[in-house]
Amino acid sequence: MHNLTIAEIAKGLQDRAFSSVEITEYLLARAKRLDRQFNSLITLTENEALDAASAADQRLAKSDAPALCGVPLIHKDIFCTQGVRTSCGSKMLDNFIPPYNATVIENFNRCGAVMLGKSNMDEFAMGSSNETSFYGPVKNPWSPDCVPGGSSGGSAAAVAARLAAGATATDTGGSIRQPAALCGVTGLKPTYGRVSRWGMIAFASSLDQGGPMARTAEDCALLLNCMASYDDKDSTSVNREVPDHCAELNNSLQGLRIGVPREYFSEGLDAGTEQAVQAALSEYQKLGAQLIEISLPNTGLSVPAYYVIAPAEASANLSRFDGVRYGYRCEDPHDLQDLYCRTRAEGFGGEVQRRILIGTYCLSAGYYEAYYGKAQQVRQLIRQDFVEAFKQVDLIMGPTCPSPAFPFGAKGSDPVAMYLEDIYTISTNLAGLPGMSIPCGLVEGKPVGLQIIGNYFDEARMLNAAHRYQQVSDWHNLAPEGIEQ
Amino acid sequence: MSIDKQAVKNLAQLARIAVSDNQINQVSEGLESVLQLVNQLQAADTSGLTTDTEQLSQHLRQDRVSETNQRDALQAVAPNTEDGLFLVPRVLD
Repeated sequence: MHNLTIAEIAKGLQDRAFSSVEITEYLLARAKRLDRQFNSLITLTENEALDAASAADQRLAKSDAPALCGVPLIHKDIFCTQGVRTSCGSKMLDNFIPPYNATVIENFNRCGAVMLGKSNMDEFAMGSSNETSFYGPVKNPWSPDCVPGGSSGGSAAAVAARLAAGATATDTGGSIRQPAALCGVTGLKPTYGRVSRWGMIAFASSLDQGGPMARTAEDCALLLNCMASYDDKDSTSVNREVPDHCAELNNSLQGLRIGVPREYFSEGLDAGTEQAVQAALSEYQKLGAQLIEISLPNTGLSVPAYYVIAPAEASANLSRFDGVRYGYRCEDPHDLQDLYCRTRAEGFGGEVQRRILIGTYCLSAGYYEAYYGKAQQVRQLIRQDFVEAFKQVDLIMGPTCPSPAFPFGAKGSDPVAMYLEDIYTISTNLAGLPGMSIPCGLVEGKPVGLQIIGNYFDEARMLNAAHRYQQVSDWHNLAPEGIEQ
Repeated sequence: MSIDKQAVKNLAQLARIAVSDNQINQVSEGLESVLQLVNQLQAADTSGLTTDTEQLSQHLRQDRVSETNQRDALQAVAPNTEDGLFLVPRVLD
């Protein structure tokens, strides 16, 4: 049952081949048996899952149930879930039980989906390896001494290990796409404003976006249909009709113009990865697409710009964690200053503290213009590169990551080495465009991802391109060897 | 633009994060490394670009009360409260 896709589970439930309670019990047992190998889950929500599964079975019996009714899913521990601990991978929120649901969670509840648990992640979504979680690192099911990627490492590993057919995740600089690539699964970051950020614990408000992870593009389309909505509680939510992202999946790719940025194929790209990506691009030509070399000249400025903007916004967003209204509080604070300073020093991990300090520096008097102001201008240059490119092409494709999964600790003590992991994904967030990663090969037994970047709100076309490729390739169907089959 | 000990202490105070004396060097090195990265921005030609966001529209709502009082539910997770107030260590003597 764990090898079924979301589409197959939904059909099985509608056809009464099995019940939601049956598949939920099966997956809960599987998670309990296997997850100690991966540490992909922070909280297993057994009682909530069984209650939701029973309720779903009742709705399914009436045969007007929504598409995802009864389907078990995992949610990244960054989405507030009412009555269920939401830790954001941090000691700061280890004791936090939200009194409300994130809009994304409400959407899934309305669709009758079942929550199996909350997945592990880099602390406050800051990281590319899932090594910074308060709950310990997540292991890549393809290679347990390697990282799964981050920050949505738990969701990616859980889907790769078939603990669930789908999971939610978030992406600020690549945190859906990069772990999807390193774990051999399909992940999509929607256009900024497509998915509500209400109840999604904020890291960098102008960059964060929630999105789906699953093994297939079709499954991601089903999840996106549910996740996307206009929400007036999120002032950055875009009031634009949500199309059925499944409707165009089978469209022909004849005449599709695919831009291949030369800057994404230069030094720093591992040879095996490049080969796998080029092979995928050849498949697209066979499907009728046209490859067009393009240039995104400001790509080299994207990592520096991001590491000003994201920490700056994070320093503002994380100032709410002060030990007063919720979350961790240090013991015996002797005055208010001590309460704040020690709560935050004890509650936050090293990477989070580093980013808050960098952000504080970039926003401080005397430096604001030179850093934050400059970075926002550079951001416009980066966005403009894409606007120009999309005048000649329909989609942009290239590698998701410079290389496959690396061993724990490999990026050492220099934070910048880790930051360069996101070189191909960051520009997409800065421009607010949608991006996705699909499996396109194995290098030394470890997965490699093809990144697809679309124009604003063009997720349906991206999913169509991904789906057509998945119909003529098998990479997305491969399961890691080490796991129970 | 380098970060010396005093600068780290100032930042720590602004950010309200305690940084102990024996952590300062490590913190300083980490920050220096990131600053080297972000200083690459200075080479970018951004002449003619503004930083204002005038062209973005602010989504406003009607000035009408629509929320209900949920103080008890929202305060249920607070470390220390009394009579609906959040308790913190004494600020004034």
